Order: sequence, then structure tokens, then C-alpha cells
Amino acid sequence: MVTFVAGLDWNIFFQPAFDGSGTYLRFLLVGFQWTLLLSITAWILAFVVGSIVGVLRTFPGKLLPGIGAVYVEVFRNVPLLVQLFIWYFVLPEIIPGLGTWFKQGLNPLLQQFVSGVLCLGFFTAARVAEQVRSGINSLGRGQRGAGLALGLNLLQVYQLILLPVAYRIIIPPLTSEFLNIIKNSAVASTIGLVELSRQSQQLGEFTAHWYESFIAVTLLYGLINVTVMIVSRFIERVTHLPGYVGGRH
Amino acid sequence: MYQFDWSSIPGALPYLWQGMVRTLQITGVAIVVGILLGTLIAVARLSKSSILSNLAALYVNGFRSIPLVMVLLWFYLLVPQIISGLFGQPGVDIRLLSAFVAFALFEASYYAEIIRAGIQSVSRGQVSAGLALGMTSGQTMRLIILPQAFRRMTPLLLTQAIILFQDTSLVYVIGLAEFFGVAYNTGNRDGTLVELLLFAGAIYFAICFGASMVVRSLQKKLVS
Amino acid sequence: MISIKAVSKWYGEFNVLKECSTAVSKGEVVVVCGPSGSGKSTLIKCVNGLEAFQQGEIFVDGISVGARNTNLSKLRSRVGMVFQHFELFPHLTVIQNLTIAQCKVLGRGSREATEKGQRLLDVVGLAAHAAKFPAQLSGGQQQRVAIARALAMDPIAMLFDEPTSALDPEMIKEVLDVMVKLAQEGMTMMVVTHEMGFAREVAHRVIFMDQGQIVEDRIKADFFKSPGTDRAQQFLSKILSHGVQA
Repeated sequence: MVTFVAGLDWNIFFQPAFDGSGTYLRFLLVGFQWTLLLSITAWILAFVVGSIVGVLRTFPGKLLPGIGAVYVEVFRNVPLLVQLFIWYFVLPEIIPGLGTWFKQGLNPLLQQFVSGVLCLGFFTAARVAEQVRSGINSLGRGQRGAGLALGLNLLQVYQLILLPVAYRIIIPPLTSEFLNIIKNSAVASTIGLVELSRQSQQLGEFTAHWYESFIAVTLLYGLINVTVMIVSRFIERVTHLPGYVGGRH
Repeated sequence: MYQFDWSSIPGALPYLWQGMVRTLQITGVAIVVGILLGTLIAVARLSKSSILSNLAALYVNGFRSIPLVMVLLWFYLLVPQIISGLFGQPGVDIRLLSAFVAFALFEASYYAEIIRAGIQSVSRGQVSAGLALGMTSGQTMRLIILPQAFRRMTPLLLTQAIILFQDTSLVYVIGLAEFFGVAYNTGNRDGTLVELLLFAGAIYFAICFGASMVVRSLQKKLVS
Repeated sequence: MISIKAVSKWYGEFNVLKECSTAVSKGEVVVVCGPSGSGKSTLIKCVNGLEAFQQGEIFVDGISVGARNTNLSKLRSRVGMVFQHFELFPHLTVIQNLTIAQCKVLGRGSREATEKGQRLLDVVGLAAHAAKFPAQLSGGQQQRVAIARALAMDPIAMLFDEPTSALDPEMIKEVLDVMVKLAQEGMTMMVVTHEMGFAREVAHRVIFMDQGQIVEDRIKADFFKSPGTDRAQQFLSKILSHGVQA
């Protein structure tokens, strides 16, 4: 296998790309940029929405937790690709004002990007919600009771007591969700977004150097993976509470 | 207000059903091979031989660090070349075969982690008890540890199967038409993409939600 | 039958067994006692090779436990072990727990194994529970099944690792009764336990361990009358003052 890899034409990355944007290496790096941009933006959305839904699911009563449960069930039981196509093809058609603006007011690249962000964001939010819920629940009823007994209202209890500890506990699974967003971003290639996996396909199609293209892109995904894991371990160490055993590794 | 036109769905039902059969085929193959291979990998991961253990870790971490889309593209590149190298002209549907191989190997890495956690959750004392009776490590793993591990892991294995069922829609990227692909193509062709996509979403939701309810009740029964 | 010669063991830097030497003759019942952390459980687990040791030798019926070419499975099938937490196999019924090793290790036919299992359940007083699962039995019942499971292999010696430590007080007697009967029938036994009443009744010798060393190794009568060392004296007085034993 080593001779095979060595025998490939690695110069292809220095040839000019078919779209005149520079070398093929640059071509792939553009894809890399879009993958990162898409992932980070979607993650912000997922984190915010997921936290809200997760917290809702731990509220007392039936209505608010029920809304949270419905959200999670809907977004977990439909495939990601189907959700993406619904955001991109269906919603612009059936939502009156915003839909028309989306179809006509945005250029195609932005349309793809926005659909990608919304899809990945809301999809991942359901998974983040479950992590947040399990993190809060793992603290037990005692913490909540202690906060309320001191006279704090419910939102303060969440903000000052429950969430600071819950978030620390769930850093490992949240990291894993962020890595999932990065992997899932490849699905956006199906609606034409020029993220990394699409660029690798294009490169292959135009130059027939499939192996070089795929190997390079696989390594790039692996590199992102390793980097995120290192950053995550750093965050865990920096936010560690003395005497508290961290979440599962 | 958008005018919904559901008319093209009834006519397309036979094709949609064929697509669903294909989805189930891929899911089925991936589950069976995934669990079998995943068990071997999990056991290898826990073995005392550091070669086996590291190879298994490499396999698992490798497949879990790249997108499924890339895995599908990779095997759609590799499988035809390997087949034509071994057998000359392939008589089989190469896309379907690539999908089988890709999903089976990919799922095995996820199943391996679930099964590994399951094996580790069985108390070490059980291993001692098996060994003390004179069983070999292999017998202890096979007769004592794995049966207990699988009992505990069944809900997680089933949940992973539901995820796999949803993931099969991605064979779209290698041009293979299963349930989702058929729905998309039908909608595209008839100009009723909106309706077909919503229909597909609803079907997936019904199946996956139903299955997850079954898993939940199974989980409750196992705990008692 | 069992001979332990200058056995030492380290867990990394920690020296858990220090040059332990003793022997158990055929038909002898030896009780091993001592404070927690004294290494007594570790020592007994070295006898059937569940724990490895770095120095010294252990022979069981003439076979060296530590030798590289020893067939440990075969050796273990001839020495029975009973664990503190019973370790019955939860996915098998009581009778299946008794037959699985007979069939898979000794190669007995399933009818022969089942008959033997039933007979042993009878001996320990649990014949009616053969088809139940371990979780349906009390702790004392589970431990008696565990003893039967070990006896089903027709062992030449039995090792007990704190067999009653995990039991509620009401159930200790039923297990000790089985062990006493076994001793009276001439089984070679090495028992790690705090139950001094048992020791007084059927033990031939008592070994006292502390911090990885065998501090005392005397015949029962002498040990209880006047333990040689202060350490053993302290231990004995603390144990006996709890007043649980006969």
C-alpha cells in the first residue's frame, strides 16, 4: 500500500483548478473553509437552541417538557438528508414572506449555506438537548431544591447553580456532537454547497485523480478531528472542578 | 398560500415500496455484518495483545473520524476496482454492493464501541468465576461475558439500528435509489418535490418513532 | 496437597505479598484471617492462578502453578473456588450454573451433569430451586449454589475467599453449615474468613496475615489459647468482642 500511495500523482494539488481559482490545493482549502464556517455557525445555533430545549425538558410540569420532547422526537426520527432537502426545497415554497425572499433575495451559495446552517443547527440541537437534559438530571433533585430553598427563582437556579456544573459534566459528549456536525456537514454537498467533500468529488471528476483527492480530504477530516479533541481536553482541564470526577471519557 | 398537490404519490407507491425494500436490505446487511464484525473488533480491542488492541482501535477511530458521505464515496471508488481486479466484469449492481460494504464496515465501528462498553459493564468477578471453574478465556468470553453483555446492550444496539436506517438515505450521493432516492426522483420528475419530500419525511418519522417506542418499552422490561 | 513457598507479589511499587510460605495437607482445613489489606484474598487467588506472583513457588497436587507450561485451565478445574460475591452466572438457571463447566470443561454428557448437579443441590438443601435464576434467590441461597457449582467439578481442594462477608447476618449460618459438613467429610479446604466460630469448630490450623506477611501459622488450639504475636492478639480480641460468632 505504501508504494501505491507513493506512486500517486501528488503534483495534482499544484495544478491550476478548472474554475480558475488557483491551484487544486487552494480548491480543497476553500472547501475546508466552508466546512468549518458551516460547522461553527451551525454549532452556535445548535448550542443555543439545544440548551433551551434541554432545559425545558427538565422544567416542572407537563407542557414545557412536552414541547421539548416533541421537538427532540421530530428532529431525531427524520434522516438528516431528508431534513436538509425540506429546508432547501420545501420551506422556501410553503412559507409565504420569508420563503420568497429566500428564493429570490439570496444568491445560490447563500441559499445553500443558510439551509445547511438551519438544518444542521436544528438537527444537532435535538442531540444537544438530550445531553443537557442528562447533565442536569445527573445532578439530582437536591441541587435544585437547595437553590430554591435559598429563595432563588427557578431561572436563577438554572443559571447560577445547575447549568454551570451540568455544562462541565457534558463537555465530552458535547465535543462529540460538535465532531458530528463536522462530519454531517458533508451532507450539504448534496445541495451543492462547496464544502470539503464536494470539492473532493469535483476534483476527482475533473482530474480523475480520485485517490489523491480522497486521501487528502480524509486526512483533512482526520486533522480536524484531532484538533477538536485536543482543544476539548484543554477546555476540560481549564474548567475542572476540584474533587469532581469528570464525565465519561 | 402554496397549493399542495398530492396526486403523484398514489401512482408512485409501488416504486416507493421497492425503494423501501432496498433501504431495508442495506439496513439488514449492515446490522448483521456490523454486529458480527463489531463483536470481533470489541473483543480484539479488549485483548491483552497490544497488536490486536491497537489495530482494533485504529479501525474504530478511523471510521468514526470521517463523514459517512466520504466512506460511501471511498467504497464506491474501491469496490468496483477490487471486483474488476478479481472477477473481471461485475455482473452485480456495483452501487448496491458498494453500499453494502460501506455500511457494513462503517456500522461495525459504531457497534464495536457499544459492544465494548457492554463487555466492560459485566463485573470482573464473572470472569474470575468462569476461569476458576477451569474455563479458558475464550470459553469465559463466549459463554459467560458476551451473553450478559448483549442482554444489556440490546436497547443501544437497536437504537443504533434506527440511526442506520436513517443513514441509508445517504446512498443518494453514489446515485443509488432507495426509498428516499425514489421519492426525490419522483417528485423531481412530476414537479411535486415538495409533497414527495414531506411524504418521505412523514414515513421516516412514523417508522423511526414507532421503532424507538418499541425500544423504550423493551428497555423498561430489561430494567425490571 | 497445596504448598506455598516464599511467594512474593507486587502491584507496581506496592508489595502486597512478602515471602509467604505455608502448606495445606490432604484433608486439612486451614483458615486464613487478618485485617483488610493484609493480602489474604490475594494469596488465595494465587493458589489457582487467578492472580500472578513474581517470586516463589506454589504447588497444587504436585503441579507448579507459576510454571509457564502448566495448563492453568486444567488445574483450575480440579480446584474449587467460592467467591465473596457468589458470582453465579445471572443469565443461566441454577442447574445450568452447575452443569455448564461440567460439560464444557470436563466434557461430561448433559444428563450426567444434570444428575450430579441435582444431587449436589440436594446436599446443600436447594433441590427445589434448580430451575430458578440466581436473582430469584437470597444471598445465602446463592452462595450455597456457588459451593455446589464448585463441588460439581469433583475438586481435590476447595478455596473460599471470604464466603460470608457479603451476607446478611441471618444467612451466614446456612452457608457455614454447608462448609462445616464439607470439612467433616474430609475435603481439603483453605478458607479466608473472619468467622472465628467456624475456625474453632472445624479448622485444623489458623494462619494470621498482616501487611502481606504470614505472621502466625499454628494449630487451632494453640492459636486461640494464646496467639504468639501482639498483632494477632489485637486482631483476635477485636473480632471476638463483636460477639457475632459462637
